[in-house]
Amino acid sequence: MTLAPMFIQGIGLLGPGLPSWPDSQATLRGATPHQFVLTVLPAPPRLPPAERRRAGAVIRLAMAVAEEAIAHAGVDPQTLATVFSSSGGEGSNCHSLCETLASPNPLISPTRFTNSVHNAASGYWHIAVGSRHTSTSLCAYDGSFGAGLIEAATLMHMNAEPLLLVAYDLPYPEPLNSVRPLPDNLGVAMVLTPAPTAQSIAELRVEPLPARLAAPVDTCGDASLDALRTGMPAGAALPLLQGLARGLDGAPREMVIEYLPHLKLRARLAALGV
Amino acid sequence: MQPVAITQHTLTTALGAGRAETLAALRAGRTGLASKQFLDAGLQGWIGEVDGVDAVVLPARLQEFDCRNNRLAWLALEQDGFMAAVANARARWGAERVGVFLGTSTSGLLQTELAYRHRQPDGSLPEGFRYAPTQNTYSVASFAATALELAGPSFVVSTACSSSAKVFGNAARMMAAGLIDAAVVGGVDSLCLTTLYGFNSLELLSSDICRPWDAGRRGLSIGEGASFALLERESDAPQGWLLGIGESNDGHHMSTPHPEGAGAIAAMQAALVGAGLRPGDIDYINLHGTATPSNDAAEDRAVAAVFGTSTPCSSTKGATGHTLGAAGGVEAMIGLLALQNGLMPGGLNVQTPDPELRLNYLRVNHEAPLRAILSNSFGFGGTNASLVLGAA
Repeated sequence: MTLAPMFIQGIGLLGPGLPSWPDSQATLRGATPHQFVLTVLPAPPRLPPAERRRAGAVIRLAMAVAEEAIAHAGVDPQTLATVFSSSGGEGSNCHSLCETLASPNPLISPTRFTNSVHNAASGYWHIAVGSRHTSTSLCAYDGSFGAGLIEAATLMHMNAEPLLLVAYDLPYPEPLNSVRPLPDNLGVAMVLTPAPTAQSIAELRVEPLPARLAAPVDTCGDASLDALRTGMPAGAALPLLQGLARGLDGAPREMVIEYLPHLKLRARLAALGV
Repeated sequence: MQPVAITQHTLTTALGAGRAETLAALRAGRTGLASKQFLDAGLQGWIGEVDGVDAVVLPARLQEFDCRNNRLAWLALEQDGFMAAVANARARWGAERVGVFLGTSTSGLLQTELAYRHRQPDGSLPEGFRYAPTQNTYSVASFAATALELAGPSFVVSTACSSSAKVFGNAARMMAAGLIDAAVVGGVDSLCLTTLYGFNSLELLSSDICRPWDAGRRGLSIGEGASFALLERESDAPQGWLLGIGESNDGHHMSTPHPEGAGAIAAMQAALVGAGLRPGDIDYINLHGTATPSNDAAEDRAVAAVFGTSTPCSSTKGATGHTLGAAGGVEAMIGLLALQNGLMPGGLNVQTPDPELRLNYLRVNHEAPLRAILSNSFGFGGTNASLVLGAA
């Protein structure tokens, strides 16, 4: 593979029936069937009170999984570059702005406008942790997780610095839900390092692969979980998380992850030292 | 970093379509801003609307992408032989080895804003509304990759007003890592109601024409624009070089820059380190220069901290307006025009220079051979990007 390996040191997960990384293990392993239970988004404790009041659902989702990943990794978030990736940010905020703008006297809220930028989650996160490290915010529609993962792998290859990858998607209310149906909130975060540490969980290598050369994209087995994989852009991460949850005692696990119609990602998960 | 060849580039803004019209306007010191309304938005102000966007007709194979943002993208792609240059790169490297990385802040959101005015009796959007190829943030990169028949990695960077500066970094890294051999970068942002009313709600929109570096500056004038550059691993005839890029975050406030420009300083320094240049090697700085009181004050301090106060600099937003997510790319292309023509464009609309600002701010055009320039782009969320570009 062209790109240097990355080492997964922490994971955050929040989605329907996936309440956290540890509490989702049995479901991801296939030991218990997936149950679709709507997510509850926690308030972000790390934000200063003024920003906490302004923090909408996208901030709460992205920060919840980012917090879980850094706590799991045991790292200082100030030391991490960040890659945020989402298909559409906060759908309810977009809907509210469009409703107001269609009214005769369209006076929109400055907070709603500020929160409408695609990099809102990144901005709030860097304020919360006081970090001036580089950050980007990406979108590739249904391939948004893949875009984030390939950008993270490229940054790691070039800079050899630890980073936080956060992929998150939120539903639109009607009428946008009908043209872009996303069933619920789903967020996935990973702390990735350029070299193995005492806390590392697994080695991950990634490379783009033209769809014409790739095996079919890996599925989740469980039909309800697989509906999340195909129904939420961040769900493209689920086969990777399943591979981690099932353990890596044997040979490395190779899988194909969704990215673009013409381009997939080949990922290889390996136990440390293999 | 290894310098990256820029083998073709183009831009379309309120100054005109393509490089020749842009250069003529810059030489004449003409602004593209006009005091007029966009659609029926009842806001007093100046906007930088691109002529002819409404009249653009997309080819049949691209019809599903039809919206103002992609019409503007198409108008820009048609200039300066850009599509022919990409076709050559595609033939040379293979479609799968050419990436597409574009910046935008609002993409085709106007399409949705207008659709909300025409909801059906049951509340649904009008028939024929298409989300993915218009409203979705990725739509402009999907459109460009489809139009240019490219099959490499692609995504949109959407970090507000630094978006289309940052994409140069994504492309350069993927090329250096060996994933691709060439890339189309740039950005497109078109006028929409969210940004006009949004900046107005934050009291950052000037009712007067924007006046970067003026003592009486009251905020920005919003423009629209599109720019594209072709980066290639090798070239016999580069039109310029990407020498360095620096990226940072303020970690300070969502919509106000760090008062001392701490993040901006880090971005400029990183860009110089990447280019292997010293501050004195930079001949001209294209400032972010939005004409909000806070941006220009913070940027003045930040640039002075890195370069001192003698390097000639200006903001071209008095000419183009602030093209938001397209600004980084638009101003990189203006930087390339500056390098190619030995032209440092004067910053327009200054009536009374702000005595608090110390930089060597050019108010009229200066001509001199230029070897390297730096372009700043900062945005909401505290995002900062600086590019260093070199002459061919």
